[in-house]
Amino acid sequence: MQKPVLQVEGLSMDFGGIRAMCELDLDVHQGQIVALIGPNGAGKTTFFNCVTGIYNPTEGNVFLNPPDGSRPIRLNGLKPNQVTKKGMARTFQNIRLFQKMTVLENVMIGRHCRTSSYIFGAVFKTRATRREERETVEKSYRILQQVGLADTVNELAENLPYGAQRRLEIARALATEPFLLLLDEPAAGMNPQETHELDELIKQIRDDGHSILLIEHDMKLVMSLSDKIYVVDYGKKIAEGSPREVSSDPAVIKAYLGEDIDA
Amino acid sequence: MEYFTELFFSGLTRGSIYALIALGYTMVYGIIGLINFAHGEIYMIGAFTSFVVATVLSIYGFPLLSIVLLAGLAAAVWSASYGYTVEKIAYRPLRHAPRLSALISAIGMSIFLQNYVLLAQSSEFQPFPELIPDFDFMEPFAHVVGSSDLVILLTTALVMVGLTMLIKFSRIGKAMRATSQDRTMAMLVGIDVNKVISVTFIIGSALAAIGGMLIASHIGQINFFIGFIAGIKAFTAAVLGGIGSIPGAVLGGFVLGLTESFATGYVSSDYEDVFAFTLLVLILIFKPAGLLGREAAEKV
Amino acid sequence: MLSIEQLKKSLFVSLWFAFLTFPLLVIKVDPIERTVQWRWENMALVAAGSFLVSLLVRVFQVQQERRRERRATGEFVDRVPIMQIILSEPRYLYTLSGAVLLCSLVFPFLFSTYQTNIMITALMYVMLGLGLNIVVGLAGLLDLGYVAFYAVGAYSYALLNYHFDVGFWMALPIGALLAALFGVLLGFPVLRLRGDYLAIVTLGFGEIIRLILENWNEFSEGPSGISNISRPGFFGIELSLEHAILYLYYLMIAMVVFTIFVVNRLQDSRIGRAWVALREDEIACQAMGIDKRKTKLTAFALGATWAGIVGVIFAAKTTFINPASFTFLESAIILCIVVLGGMGSIFGVIVGALILILLPEYLRALSDYRMLAFGAVLVTMMIFRPQGVVANIRRSYQFKSKAEGEG
Repeated sequence: MQKPVLQVEGLSMDFGGIRAMCELDLDVHQGQIVALIGPNGAGKTTFFNCVTGIYNPTEGNVFLNPPDGSRPIRLNGLKPNQVTKKGMARTFQNIRLFQKMTVLENVMIGRHCRTSSYIFGAVFKTRATRREERETVEKSYRILQQVGLADTVNELAENLPYGAQRRLEIARALATEPFLLLLDEPAAGMNPQETHELDELIKQIRDDGHSILLIEHDMKLVMSLSDKIYVVDYGKKIAEGSPREVSSDPAVIKAYLGEDIDA
Repeated sequence: MEYFTELFFSGLTRGSIYALIALGYTMVYGIIGLINFAHGEIYMIGAFTSFVVATVLSIYGFPLLSIVLLAGLAAAVWSASYGYTVEKIAYRPLRHAPRLSALISAIGMSIFLQNYVLLAQSSEFQPFPELIPDFDFMEPFAHVVGSSDLVILLTTALVMVGLTMLIKFSRIGKAMRATSQDRTMAMLVGIDVNKVISVTFIIGSALAAIGGMLIASHIGQINFFIGFIAGIKAFTAAVLGGIGSIPGAVLGGFVLGLTESFATGYVSSDYEDVFAFTLLVLILIFKPAGLLGREAAEKV
Repeated sequence: MLSIEQLKKSLFVSLWFAFLTFPLLVIKVDPIERTVQWRWENMALVAAGSFLVSLLVRVFQVQQERRRERRATGEFVDRVPIMQIILSEPRYLYTLSGAVLLCSLVFPFLFSTYQTNIMITALMYVMLGLGLNIVVGLAGLLDLGYVAFYAVGAYSYALLNYHFDVGFWMALPIGALLAALFGVLLGFPVLRLRGDYLAIVTLGFGEIIRLILENWNEFSEGPSGISNISRPGFFGIELSLEHAILYLYYLMIAMVVFTIFVVNRLQDSRIGRAWVALREDEIACQAMGIDKRKTKLTAFALGATWAGIVGVIFAAKTTFINPASFTFLESAIILCIVVLGGMGSIFGVIVGALILILLPEYLRALSDYRMLAFGAVLVTMMIFRPQGVVANIRRSYQFKSKAEGEG
């Protein structure tokens, strides 16, 4: 069997003596949608930050195994921009768009790590730069069409409605050409209609050949999308398995509904 | 050895003044996360106010002790008023604006105040009246430590003890600590955050004013430009100790004062200000959290 | 329009300022002659002035509030500012640029040498502003020691000319390179600092450079400076002063056009977008695969390069330089140009430089109040119009209904 595209082994993270995450193992296989769920403050976003290089994990290993079969990459100690370049992109729980830039430019920024023109090219508009710019614009536009934002290309990101901003975050991450996409609560603050569209979008992204790891609180969405679910609480993994297995796991029920369920 | 002792005491004196100004930077930074660039000018305004008041009173023939007290009081009151006003005009409207905006506003305020004093008073150096007499009992030690050094050290020590008590035990002190921990939360539990911020500016400014008066009478002259250099140095002291930390500001002030004193005494006096700047650049590069500060990770 | 309540508030503000400015504006002592001068007229002026300003601010706020309400109900539609229309429509923009260029080309023939000389200074500040605009306006890095790079440029030429008789055209690229090198040397360690620390470190760096120039006599001749620097050569011909100024003027026009061209190209490029993104959100930027340090360093070094170029020109123009030309206030003026004009906006920076440099020149009576006004401008702009006089507009792209893109 092929190695998982994302392989996390015994990941721990301490903040000033407090263990926010404890020896977490997690695998994402090619073409899968994997969900990471758990109550607020369980350490899910910390996990994302450790994996993507924003935090440097205290212990453990993170490996990427590119689906094209090239050599495994150890991510520990890499900077966020290097991680992205290796083929893993993310979105943020609190939307972090470039507010004063247009929708199209936001996505074009995602192309940054796949393009190379620099000062010389920019000033003299060499043929290579012009071709690259044209490609950047075209690809970005195509991604915006895919997420349904093609009508707002020249709007400033800050002027978009909330749901559209979330989709723009996904578009921006897709522009970095990742094989693995990390979505941090993509449905937060969305209405049922928007959530439904998001469901379709994520499936479509998966069908395009991306693997997806997502953090989400909307259980309906998680159950509909996921091939596998990991449940964490207090920084520890308390369950993993298919949606059906997880939803009937007593530990999970306890974590979500509290200790005194019988009382 | 005598030279060493002399440098040591002059370093302590300098350091205590830096500490007094640094407290204002550190308190403001702790609460609103802004480098109050205008703080050096508030210090200068304090020094100038005490200069004006002391000179007027001495011309009208008031006794020395009353001059000292009234000039000090005036310096503290007016500096505090300036600090309060600056916050209200230049910083409060920008509290939710990008960091860069507040910073630019602060720099603008600093330039404005400097030139305001230049135009309102004079561009020349002014002789500052001697407010601290040479005490007789200090006579035997006068070659290593002067009377004004002693007064400065005692005053700063007193002020710092007072400030520590205030922050530790008073209601407003507790509110200040709460606000610097988490402003939103403080607001939710019913603390009037605007008031706390105003009080912080008022206290910080009054401390700077006292520092300004002491050092001006120690050096014996004053000019509109003194706030700029003193401001940067006090900021260096605050960063050195760990910005946001009150004991850190005091420690940083003394470390900087002693470093400067020994460096100018043993290395070269031409580069007096270069030492402070170099120290600042080095700390920021190698230990940006300072000696007593905490490393703060940005929330993602 | 304003209630009695608000008048009362303004009255209170005016009393407060009268109190605030009392010791410094009213009393003036002469410690040597031992005389006291009471200038009560200043208090009256401050009271009246602050009352008026406070009223104006209140009127402004009321209007803003109304406009916001009407906008919410859809009654009021924002008019697009005329500048915005001109800048976003290439036809108008080219016409305007052409007209401005034409005016500036005939300028020396319409005005005196003295005016031309002032214009050269203004153009130098346009270039400095555009250079700093890359650092502050685009990349969002508050550089308060920009003048240090300007000094590096000026002193490179002055010293090379003094010791080795190096000509202007040789020194121009050398000065630019040295300034860029200094930019990289300073930027490398400090660019990982947070924004406000960066501001202070660059400020300190600017002062260190100045203090070294002032004290290291063997190297820089100390406070007395270096004189008799050669003017720019013109194919080996010795020019009269008048012609030299004319020559310098056209040189400056060419340099400014070149600068605008470069900055404009950079702004809409891959690297320019990365700068703006970095200004907006560093963490998101890194998560998009942008190397934060490299990108910042590029902006920093490019900004420094421009300061270096202008430094060389400055030394050649005045033929004399000393450390007094490179104080923090100089950095503050350049920052003020960028902020007033509009951060990130090329056209804005040009307008800002012309206003801030030419206005005090022609209103001599007010020139004492220049720095005071600069400080006030920085604060006021941040509070009421942070985008500057001429706001930067993002480039827009047109698409056909197909996935075909065209610039």
